[in-house]
This record gives sequence, structure tokens and C-alpha cells, in this order.
Amino acid sequence: MLGYTIRRVLQAVPVFFGTTLLIYFMVFAMPGDPIVALFGDRGVNEAVAEQLRARYHLDQPFFIQYFIYIGGVFQGDFGTSFSGQPVSEILASTFPVTIRLALLALLIEMVIGIGVGLIAGLRKGKIFDATALVVSLIFISLPIFVIAFVAQFTIALKLGWARATVSGGAPWEELILPAVVLATISVAYIIRLTRASVIETSQTDFVRTAYSKGLSRPRVVRVHILRNSLIPVVTFLAVDFGVLLVGATVTEGIFNVPGVGRTLYQAIIRGEGPTVVSFVTVMVLIYLVVNLIVDLLYAALDPRIRYGK
Amino acid sequence: MSETPLLRIEDLSVGFQVAGGAIIPAVKNLNLDLMPGETLAIVGESGSGKSTTAHAIINLLPGTGRITGGRIMLDGQDLAQASEAELEKIRGTAIGFVPQDPMSNLNPVWSVGFQVEETVRANGLASTKQDVRKKAIEVLAQAGLTDAGSRMKQYPHQFSGGMRQRVLIGIGLAANPRILIADEPTSALDVTVQRAILDHLQERTREQGTAVILITHDLGLAAERAEQLVVMYRGQVVESGPSLEILKNPQHPYTKRLVQAAPGLSSRRLVSARTSVSATGKAAIAQADASTGTATAIAVNNLTKVYNIRSGTFTSTPLTAVDNVSFSIERGSTTALVGESGSGKSTVARMLLGLEKPTAGSILIDGEEVDHLGKAGMKALRRRMQPVFQDPYGSLNPLRSITATIAEPLLVHGVGNRAERQARVFELLDQVSLPRSIAGRYPSELSGGQRQRVAIARALALKPDIVILDEAVSALDVLVQAQILELLNDLQSEYGLTYLFITHDLAVVRLIADHVCVMNQGKIVEAATTQEVFDRPREDYTRKLLDAIPGATVKFGA
Repeated sequence: MLGYTIRRVLQAVPVFFGTTLLIYFMVFAMPGDPIVALFGDRGVNEAVAEQLRARYHLDQPFFIQYFIYIGGVFQGDFGTSFSGQPVSEILASTFPVTIRLALLALLIEMVIGIGVGLIAGLRKGKIFDATALVVSLIFISLPIFVIAFVAQFTIALKLGWARATVSGGAPWEELILPAVVLATISVAYIIRLTRASVIETSQTDFVRTAYSKGLSRPRVVRVHILRNSLIPVVTFLAVDFGVLLVGATVTEGIFNVPGVGRTLYQAIIRGEGPTVVSFVTVMVLIYLVVNLIVDLLYAALDPRIRYGK
Repeated sequence: MSETPLLRIEDLSVGFQVAGGAIIPAVKNLNLDLMPGETLAIVGESGSGKSTTAHAIINLLPGTGRITGGRIMLDGQDLAQASEAELEKIRGTAIGFVPQDPMSNLNPVWSVGFQVEETVRANGLASTKQDVRKKAIEVLAQAGLTDAGSRMKQYPHQFSGGMRQRVLIGIGLAANPRILIADEPTSALDVTVQRAILDHLQERTREQGTAVILITHDLGLAAERAEQLVVMYRGQVVESGPSLEILKNPQHPYTKRLVQAAPGLSSRRLVSARTSVSATGKAAIAQADASTGTATAIAVNNLTKVYNIRSGTFTSTPLTAVDNVSFSIERGSTTALVGESGSGKSTVARMLLGLEKPTAGSILIDGEEVDHLGKAGMKALRRRMQPVFQDPYGSLNPLRSITATIAEPLLVHGVGNRAERQARVFELLDQVSLPRSIAGRYPSELSGGQRQRVAIARALALKPDIVILDEAVSALDVLVQAQILELLNDLQSEYGLTYLFITHDLAVVRLIADHVCVMNQGKIVEAATTQEVFDRPREDYTRKLLDAIPGATVKFGA
């Protein structure tokens, strides 16, 4: 297990360099001079522009720029944004918000998705199952901004159960509504996935054997059906956590959440290399860590999977 | 007998509901009496309703199945009418169950100990944590597991098939039930393991005075293990009574056919192809002998295959699957490669077919070394050497019609045009005795036996001289098995085919093979003519295999 973990962490090294290099290059190759753009409608002051270019190393060739940036990262310096704020500060202020939002959404997905999916799977063909299937299909087909606007309008504005937009510190309770919106589509998928998995497991030989031993139905469901059915669901949840981090952009925009999505969007528009690369790199790292955790979780769920010794 | 039966089944009917609400009957008006302590076998082919009957008794019918009529009386209680809560009390405690496939009947994500402890607790055999554990260890120890205490923490995948079946028997008998239903408890196991498991089962149930309902497709096994026999055919009991009487003097035509087809020890080689080939077959053999300058179709010399099994993060240990194996097969004859699972027999087949590269040694086909053949040579060789695999459900693409399946080898090798290929497909269907009308159908519309005929037709499409049959009849019911063996034999005598017949079933070997090579742990331990191996086995291992054939000691009638 330890050997496996070390191997996986080592695999992250080339992924780290690969993604940073690629993204740095994409920002570098974007058309237009970001410094010129900074001047906006005013005339460009060449002296100031030169100075700024030197400060952000934009006068250097691509690889030099990249190595200056990477060298800084290893010393804990993620560079500075055009507004003069250290990127590390922006990271520290935005990532916790988005991670909080994504975790809330994930929690909602697990509770509602697995719960409803399990009941639907056990009552295959009954009213509950049919309703769950239809409702989940509706949510899958709706674009997220539609769900977001409808939720904002009805729940926040009409009913007044929640704030329509999130305030500066983004406290947990204000994030509940955006998290529900963010989770809806995935919940629909998880309901369907759990349902299919439960139906499949219910028909296995070992479930029949469990009944033949004289076990009660609740015990068979809890011990033999649920755990085995969760294995594919866990895979989905893991991938989905990454999607939630990135895909929160639209939801964050609508609910004015001061998270990663908004900041990253602005940075891309302005061509701020260090900011964009730092954000994406952190996302990639989170993604790698989550995937590692999930793979280790597999081994806990399914003892047949053992990674080395 | 004046005793009252322990379990009495009266007029039991079971059906499966299909889409639209119609009910397809699976068991029709079944009557059965089980006396205390007696062993009763229900025999029949797949689809005869024998397993459905077993599942109906404890009300664990799969899917849409349900009891549509009749009574299942145990201690004055009708199990067909019992509530779920009442059945929970009966399952495990009064009626134990041993399922068919040890691979799929233990939950892979829980330790073996956990699954036994759960049974102990559910049946109220112990309540405190220590007592439950102690009882579970006792159950495993009785099941024949050495150091049961330390194996409690292990998972099913760390157990062999035989060990898992022992665990399942242990679970079934844990609460000392008065009745044990054993649903094909050994059909998924090797023949020697099968014998050990059945002996163990018999010993335990005799000790405890448990009555057993043994479900099996194997007549020999039933005759050997059960006092009473019930023969089922298409959902109905066609014959029932004391086992030996039925076997010696079968009354119903179906039972008669079943007895005749049982490949017991008494059966002989159908008719040897080499000695009594048809004129066309002889001509084919003579022509091939002349053109290649040798009468040896396949020669395998010192063949070895070593796999590297990953054991740690960066380490691996070698596993010798095939160890210095040599044999040769004369053109137009059949050699059987016999062994238990893991003996390396299928690996030999895979290497012969070029699906696996040998680590050492050589394979000569018609005197030509396979290793030296290039890509084109290999393709030409594949044209002359075709496989038939075990599972006709897995080896046919469900999305391709029968015509497309049989014609595929022709297409790959660019034989003929569309019309000629279609004509060849019809010809092949005739050869394997399938009606031409099935050409447009799909595998799911055919029975297991029909599918295996299609697989044979596909193998014959290119008119090969060598056919490698890897457990080609093992998955089939006994009657179908007999038909396929006959077909293979006819085809051999007609076309002078050379067969390498790989199987774990010695009873079948006697019907089809001229020579036998017995494999054990990668080595050939004995090689001789079939007659010699059966009449005068030299090795203990071979003798063990022969003794393990169910029904070996029973004299059949007919």
C-alpha cells in the first residue's frame, strides 16, 4: 500500500511539469499584448510599458519566463498579478471558498443521490422508482444556469428562504443554495447510477445466499447490497469533485460567490500568465490528490484490490 | 415406509412472469416426499426446473418467479404461504442451503469470518462477540479448514474454489438444519475436488442426520450419493423412486436416453477414426501424409511457459505454467490433454494456436517449426488449425448473425465471393446438422448445444486439418454433450481431422480420444493410449482422477 502510494505521488511529478508547461505556453501564445491591454483606451506610455514588461519578465523568451516562474513556485512565490497582489494571496482567498462550495455540493450528492438511488433500485418498477427516473432525467436535460436562475428567483427572491447572492466571507449557510444548484445535475446521474448498481447487486448469487442464511432484509440491504453497489458510485463522485471545482464558474457567477471561477476567468481575459497557471496547477494537484484518495478508498471498499505490498 | 415425511411438496407449480403479465410455467404439479435423514437427488438438464424447485422451497426465486400453486409442507406449516418473517426463521435454521457456484456465492468485499459470524448471529447460535467468533471458527474448522482461526480475516478471493465451497457448506450446516438443499454443489469444481467435497458433505449430513435434497445434472453423481431419485424434464417429474432401480431399469424414454448418454466408466471409444475412417477421410490423411512427408500432425517438444507474477511494487516471481511438455499427435487421431484447472492444459492450447509465445521449446505442425513462421506463414497456419472454445455463450458475438459468424474466417482469408461464402455456410450447417433456416438468426436465439454446433461450423469453415477443442463440451448438458461428441467423431472420420481435445472430464475422454496425456502442475505425468490409461493407469495421480469420476462404481442399466 505504501509502495503504491509512493509510486502514485511520483507519477504526479511529470503531470505537474507537463500541465504547468502546457498552460504557461497557452497563455503565452494568446494573441495580443497584455501590457498594452492594461492601458485600455489611454495611449500607451512606452517607458512604463517597458518597465512593466521587465517586471513581469514578459521581455524574456518563453522558456526563461517559464523557468523563472517555476523557480519562484518552488520558493513559495507564485508571482504577482497585474494589480500587484501576490498570486498566493489570491489563491488563499478564493480556493477555500470554492472547495467549501464543492464539498457542500458533494455532500448533497451523496446523501440525496445515493439515498434516492438505493430506494429506487430496491423498488424497481414501482411508483417511487418511476418518479425518480423521470425527475432525474429532467434535471439531466436542464442547463445549469436555468436551474440556478429558477432557484435564485423562487427560493431566494420569492420565498426568501436564502440570500440571492453570497456575501464577502462566503459563510457555509449562504453557500447552501448555490451548492444545491451545483449538485442537481450530478445528483440526477448518481440516482441513476446507484439505482442500476443496486438492481445488479440485488440479483447476485451472494445476495441470495445471504437470504438463505436467514438474514433479515434490512441487514442484507445494508451489508450486502449497499456496500457492493457503492464501488462504481465512488468513482463517479471522485471525477465529479474535479468537475465541481472547475464547473462552479457559472454558479459562482450567478450567486456572486467570490471563488476560483470568477477570478480565473478575469485572469484569462487579462492574459496574466502566473495567475492562470497557478490556479490551474493547484486544481490539477487537487485532482491528483482526490484521485489518489479514491483509489485508496477502493481498496477499503473492495478487498480484492490491493496495490502491491 | 411408514414414517411421515419431513418435507412434503404437493402439486407445486412455479412460474415466471414476463413482460405483459403472462406467466411462463417453470415447474408443473410437482410432488415430492423427503424422509428424515435421507438423501434425495433431483436430476435433469438445464431448464428442467430442478433449481427452480430448490429455490421455491425457501422462497428465493429469482426475478419475477413465484409459486403459482401447490403446497410445501414442513412441520404442518405451508412454506408457500409463509410470510417473509416466518421464512427468515426457517432459512438457515430449519433448511440450510448450499449454492452452486462457490466463486459468486460469497460476498467478495467481506471477510470469510464475517460472513460466517453473520450466519451464526442470524440463527441465534451465539450472542456475545466472543461466542459468535468461537462458533464461527468451529464452523470453519468443521468445514475442513486448517487453522480456521487465522483464516477468519481472509477474503473469499484468497480461497480456492474447493475451500470456498467448504465454507458455503459450513454456512449451510451451521445451525444444524434438518434439511439441506444442495444446488449443484460441485459442478463448478474439478473432479478430484468434487469428490472430496461430496464426501465431506455426506459425512457431515450423516453425522447430523440431515436430510439432503441434492440438485444435479450428473446422473452418475446422483446414483452414487442419493437413495432416492427424482428425474425432471421440462418442469415435470417424469420418474421417481430408489436411485439404483431407476438407473438399472429406467421406464420413461427421457430417463432411458439420460442413462445411455451418461459418460460413465463403462462407455467405450465411439469408433476410432484412425482405424475406421471413411474413404474420403483416408484419402485426406494419405494426401497430407505424402505432401508433408510425415504422419505427425502436431509435435510439441520440451514446451515451457513461464509467467512473471507481480508480487511487490517492483518485484515479480516466476510461475511455471507449462513445464517441459512433449507430445505428438498422429494425423487423423485424437489426443486428449487431461488435467485439473491450473494444470497448464489450456496454456498449451494457447501456445499451439499462437495466442501465447512459448518461453522455451518448439511446436512443429506438419514437421514445420511454428516459431520460424512469419506473419504470412502464421496466417496460413491458422487457416489449417482452428479452435473451438468452452463457452458457446461467450465465444459467439451476440451482435452477429449465424451466417456472419460462420463466414467470418472465409472473409478474413479472402475465400470466395459473397454467393460462394453463403453456399459454404449452408454446407457447413448441413455438416453440423443444423437447419439452414437458422442462418439468419442470432446466437441469443439458439440453445447451448446449437451454439456449440455453430462454433464447430465456424472452425470447419476453412477446411482445417487440425481442430483444437478446449473444453468444447464441458459446458453442455449430458444429452447435448453426447450429440456433439458424436458429431465431432463423424466429422473426424469423414475428413481425417486431427483433434487436440482439452478437458478436465475423464469420462468424456474415453468416448473420443485415442491417446491421453495427463497433466498435473504443468507437467505431463502420464501419456499412453486411452485403453491403457483407463485399464492400467501407472500413476497415482491418474488413478485419483479416474476414481473421482462420479458414478464410477455404479453399474448402469440399459
